[in-house]
Amino acid sequence: MTLMFDVGNKVAAKAVQMCKPEVIAAYPITPQTVIVEELARFVENGELDAEYLCVESEHSVMAATCAAASMGVRTFTATSSQGLAFMHEMLHWAGLSRLPIVMINVNRTLGPGWSLWPDETDSMAQRDTGWIQFFVSSAQEAFDTVILAFRLAEHHEVQLPVLISYSAFTISHTMMPVEIPEQDDVDAFLPPFKPYWRLDWRNPVTFGNVLSDEYHMEKRYTMHLGMEAAKRLIPDLGREYEQRFGRYHGGLIEEYRTDDADYVLLAMASVGSEAKVAVDNLREQGHRVGLARLRVVRPYPDEDLRRIGRKRKLIALDRNISVGSGGWMYHETRSAVMGVEGCDVYGYLCGVGGRDVTYEDIEQMALKVFTGDARPDVVEWWDLKQTGGN
Amino acid sequence: MAIKDLPREELMHPGAGSCPACTDLLTLRMTLKALGPKTVLVTPASCTASVACGYPKTPFGVPVLTMAFAAGGAAASGAVAALHRLGEDDVNVVVWAGDGGTYDIGLQSMSGAMERGTNFIFVCYNNEIYSNTGVQRSGATPFGAWTTTTWKGKVDQRKDMPAIMLAHRLPYVATASASYIEDLYRKVQKAASIRGPKYLEFHIPCAPGWRFPMERTIEMGRLAVETGAWALFEADDGKVEFNLRSKQILDGKTQRKPIEEYLELQGRFAHLFRPERDEEALAGIQQFIDREWERYKQLAACGMSVG
Ligand SMILES: Cc1ncc(C[n+]2csc(CCOP(=O)(O)OP(=O)(O)O)c2C)c(N)n1
Ligand code: SF4
Ligand SMILES: [Mg+2]
Repeated sequence: MTLMFDVGNKVAAKAVQMCKPEVIAAYPITPQTVIVEELARFVENGELDAEYLCVESEHSVMAATCAAASMGVRTFTATSSQGLAFMHEMLHWAGLSRLPIVMINVNRTLGPGWSLWPDETDSMAQRDTGWIQFFVSSAQEAFDTVILAFRLAEHHEVQLPVLISYSAFTISHTMMPVEIPEQDDVDAFLPPFKPYWRLDWRNPVTFGNVLSDEYHMEKRYTMHLGMEAAKRLIPDLGREYEQRFGRYHGGLIEEYRTDDADYVLLAMASVGSEAKVAVDNLREQGHRVGLARLRVVRPYPDEDLRRIGRKRKLIALDRNISVGSGGWMYHETRSAVMGVEGCDVYGYLCGVGGRDVTYEDIEQMALKVFTGDARPDVVEWWDLKQTGGN
Repeated sequence: MAIKDLPREELMHPGAGSCPACTDLLTLRMTLKALGPKTVLVTPASCTASVACGYPKTPFGVPVLTMAFAAGGAAASGAVAALHRLGEDDVNVVVWAGDGGTYDIGLQSMSGAMERGTNFIFVCYNNEIYSNTGVQRSGATPFGAWTTTTWKGKVDQRKDMPAIMLAHRLPYVATASASYIEDLYRKVQKAASIRGPKYLEFHIPCAPGWRFPMERTIEMGRLAVETGAWALFEADDGKVEFNLRSKQILDGKTQRKPIEEYLELQGRFAHLFRPERDEEALAGIQQFIDREWERYKQLAACGMSVG
């Protein structure tokens, strides 16, 4: 084991290198670019034996990646915001093709109104594409999740692509110390990719053929089963990872000081790490509050939330928005805990469009719920300025 | 090679759901004969991708990767990279795209694949329309043609995609026609023998889309060449040579037939003849063809340096 002290993007690139992908297609976009720059450097230096394709758009990134994965090799790419949105058609392609692609998305606010700051709407807007979605909140977690993601995606019961998201700048460009394991141990945890099927001239099948309604629903159902398997495998593989590498970041959810809590904050990505500080401070003031940090939102951790929500008040802190509806975590949690005894879900939209969310903000939001000044059926836009109408 | 000497092995089996007399599948069948079974076909959305019987059946004797409409070139880059990793550089990767998947929505990713030097063959089978979605105009549709998005006839000229490909300095660019199948076969084999990105464009008369009786399909392709509406040529390392009838025309050994002989047989141009002749449009189309041949002369004389 060695210690690396670097920005999140370089740490993530290091993890990718250790996973030995064979084809990487890339297109630059801030704040992700450092990842694909690093990988290009590794390939040029001979530190990573892979084909590196500089393609001409993100749509082509995902098309090239899908094609390479269909031929049966391990693939990786990274993107952000506009780039992820531009891939949309091909994200469905990867999901419906059951291709175990791993991709990092650095959460960045969608324009216009160009902005580089973190907002999770880019990832959340792709939640229906059949990708498993992780949100991580430290460089170490990003590193460990990349390695776990390949194992998970390539697992024969799963066979689905995995998206790992983390926040622009607060993770991507912030230096953090990270433990880097030995290559041998990574190889032992993640053996070479053995594709379940692949396009091979010796076995001429047509992939992506015209498919009638007689089969399409069943195809979706098998994807759903893949997601269900992932629910089970994420904690299992996490424990196996812990045995080998000594770190466990949680299953679908990381629970923090929830044991005796009356209130549980729900947060993800960097708001999730900020919320830990808020929990500690509120606890010091005597409030029985904990945190459920959602590490995985596809599959949605319904069962975990039903367990956590029993006789508790949940406070969802969404840094994303479906305009006309609200924060996704709030809505999906409400539907997950429907009928759970004594569970109310409060919702805040905070940091939407990249505005900073500090632990003090989170403490204020929580206190408003504790004092009865918030209502579970009204989502509050935190720190909203006067707008002068629509 | 004479037709009787073509390989017997069929990699395109009967039973595909195309229209009768479809030259898309005819030329695909010939292309696969020329390439053999060590081939991966990438098919962006198009007639080809739609007529392939439907799961769980397939008429193809080679593996097929169906692709998103815009993404033929990019998919080829990914497939070739993966095959390289697998030590299978000897497998042909062929994108089989319509004119929509080439001239229009597919242009960017195709151009990218060419510029990246992907070792593959991009075949544009050009039926001059979006036929799969019911005959809409494309960037390859000729001026004056009726389509379901140009009811009174297209008001713009087609673009010159082979010239755009020549400007990419490819090692091999060739045009061919479903009606000159030996020439087409030879060009596919030639493309397969060269490393790097290759572009082939096949002229594909489409009876339902162009509105003519299907039994005249091959005749229509011949008339296109004889009138000069389509030209057969190849550029080997940038050196341009015209072939067969087109060479005779270029060398002044044969006169081009008047374009009207080709137009009047197709329902898509009927409005240029009935109820009365649209002299201006007809003269304009002839002038356009004349000008095209002036350009071809320059092209044959100068070529396009690859280096
Ligand atoms: C992104 C996208 N837009 C539109 C379509 C609908 N579509 C499918 S095939 C096609 C036309 C194909 O035209 P062309 O490439 O010329 O092939 P042809 O149908 O003529 O064989 C269109 C518009 C699609 N599949 N994907
Ligand atoms: S519409 Fe034209 S190209 Fe399409 S299958 Fe029919 S004949 Fe072939
Ligand atoms: Mg077409």
